[in-house]
Amino acid sequence: MAYLELNNIYKTYGQGDNITEVLSNINLTIEEGEFVAIVGFTGSGKTTLVNLINGLLEPTKGEVLFKGEPVIGTSHERGVIFQNYSLLPWLTVGQNVYMAVKEAFPKKSKSDLQAIVAEYVDMVNLTPAINKRPKELSGGMRQRVSVARALAMKPEMIIMDEPLGALDALTRGNLQDEILRIWGKDKRTALLITNDVDEGIYMADRIIPLRPGPRATLGPEFKIDIERPRDKTALNDNPNFKKTRNAIIEYLMDIGNERKSQIQKEYALPDVAPKSFVW
Amino acid sequence: MKQSITLGSVTKFIGLAGFLETIKNVFTGKLDKEDLKNIFRKVIMPLASVLLFFAVWYLGANKLHEIEADHLINKALVEQGPAEAEKLRACIASGDKSCQPNALPSPVQVWGAYQTLLADHYLISADKKAFIEKTAAINEKRIANGEKPITYTGRPSFVDQIFTSIITVFAGFLLALFIAVPIGIVIGLSPTLRSSVNWLIQIFKPVSPVVWFLLVFMIVKTFTKNSSSDSAFIICFISVGLCSMWATLVNTAMGVSSVDKDYINVAKVLKLGPMQKVFKVILPSSLPLIFTGLRITLSVAWMVLIAIELLAQSPGLGLFVWEEFQNGANDSNSKIIAAMFVIGLIGFMLDRIMLTIQKMVSFNKND
Ligand SMILES: Nc1ncnc2c1ncn2[C@@H]1O[C@H](COP(=O)(O)OP(=O)(O)OP(=O)(O)O)[C@@H](O)[C@H]1O
Ligand SMILES: [Mg+2]
Repeated sequence: MAYLELNNIYKTYGQGDNITEVLSNINLTIEEGEFVAIVGFTGSGKTTLVNLINGLLEPTKGEVLFKGEPVIGTSHERGVIFQNYSLLPWLTVGQNVYMAVKEAFPKKSKSDLQAIVAEYVDMVNLTPAINKRPKELSGGMRQRVSVARALAMKPEMIIMDEPLGALDALTRGNLQDEILRIWGKDKRTALLITNDVDEGIYMADRIIPLRPGPRATLGPEFKIDIERPRDKTALNDNPNFKKTRNAIIEYLMDIGNERKSQIQKEYALPDVAPKSFVW
Repeated sequence: MKQSITLGSVTKFIGLAGFLETIKNVFTGKLDKEDLKNIFRKVIMPLASVLLFFAVWYLGANKLHEIEADHLINKALVEQGPAEAEKLRACIASGDKSCQPNALPSPVQVWGAYQTLLADHYLISADKKAFIEKTAAINEKRIANGEKPITYTGRPSFVDQIFTSIITVFAGFLLALFIAVPIGIVIGLSPTLRSSVNWLIQIFKPVSPVVWFLLVFMIVKTFTKNSSSDSAFIICFISVGLCSMWATLVNTAMGVSSVDKDYINVAKVLKLGPMQKVFKVILPSSLPLIFTGLRITLSVAWMVLIAIELLAQSPGLGLFVWEEFQNGANDSNSKIIAAMFVIGLIGFMLDRIMLTIQKMVSFNKND
């Protein structure tokens, strides 16, 4: 039995004439302890896919199975790092994390909870900003709070929707390592949505491209056979890395070009010129 | 969120910060072109408009006075003959209070009336204090014997009336708060309920304060038949509350029903229970809108209070204005205008207090 299983998932938005099928015939299995990355173009339906897995959305057709059980609603077992941070603006950084930790561990004492909050806020280097409200933070800082909030709940499965997009290379690298460390520690399962192929290769066991929508489907998977722990600097010289990276980028460029030519077919502009600029 | 009250925050509170800042720059000699523009806009123009206001008022009042006087003299001429008319003209010209025509008072007269009201207040307060001292011993005995103490029943002063009005408006405001916020939350949470009571809100929202008063009167009358309690005050604050609560009701319902989807998603992912979801996510996120509603409610309450006090014959500024109007003494009109300024100023202060609270609870804007 796979840990997470998506069987023939279809997802449509809207009704009647405005109906759009965003995801079409998605099949995906993730084993326990695996780290899977999904790369895709913007607007292809990555967030939609994530929300189907974490239980915020229901598929129009098909089933999502988590440990063999159909996913109904959200669960503390599946932690989410939202793409748009989704911090509560009236709470400080510490309070945002505390609220999550308190829900995840209702039996722990207040001082224990506060220790967890301090630990994770420190992990994302935000201890100096712990009493600030989200509006006083930069985009990257907010993203880090969102990472701390999700990881502090110690979920079995970590679902990340472009969690590091707004960060500079250095901070990004550090947080990648933190996430890998937490994932590796208790052999958790992770699903990472990213638009950065290098990040995917550095972190994941498998990379699966999501083809552009509408009616996006998953492409063929790319296995990353590089031993862990991986070394970022040595990675560039690893022949395996180069091969995989080129294969993935080639595939993405192909579907990108395909999309361009399709767009040209569908939206060829009529050959008209303005008659006059006076109206 | 501790904040010491400095002169700066006080002037900002009443909206004078720009004005004072600019004046300070004039005296410290920090002037450039931008400052000159600011002086013109924030000092000269407001002062000019104040002067213009009083000038128009003064000249207009004089003109109206003249017209009234001519009318009186003509009437005397027709009814009582030239001798009486001449006497009246002389009397009016001499400024004697007893024969002045009844017209719009000038700023000077209003200022005079204001001073009279204050003097009157000191007199009444002194009287009241003396009374309390005199009855203190008797009252102690009466209380010891289980009897009701004797209370001062003299005429309330203008300042007493102001405080009565403020107490009434706060009672009405609290009533509005305790009715409108909970109902607004419940309505906001349930789309079914929202659409089923929408008609009621839409119909009752525009109803005039006078009608609210009559409705409340019809109902409260029945309940207070056998009690000696002050039904005028009860009727008054209930009407004010019912009349002014709609803005809060509508805003609360709107705030609660339109919480950002991201916050709802957070509540779902954290698996907050229904109560926690309401108190930790939905309410905090709709607080700014609720307070906007409360601010409107308070200003509406203050506005309708005067009319309702007048109708309910409940003590307060409304009754004061009405009694002065009925009274028709030669300084009544001036007292009414003085009351008008007091009403306006208090309304302004109440609004500023609410605005400050509203700014404190709003997390979206940077201030
Ligand atoms: N609630 C919704 N109602 C209607 N359409 C939606 C809704 N949410 C998303 N869509 C549409 O579904 C498509 C996929 O959206 P989604 O947010 O999943 O993309 P994404 O891959 O996460 O994009 P990005 O990389 O920009 O985050 C888009 O075309 C979007 O317009
Ligand atoms: Mg997305």
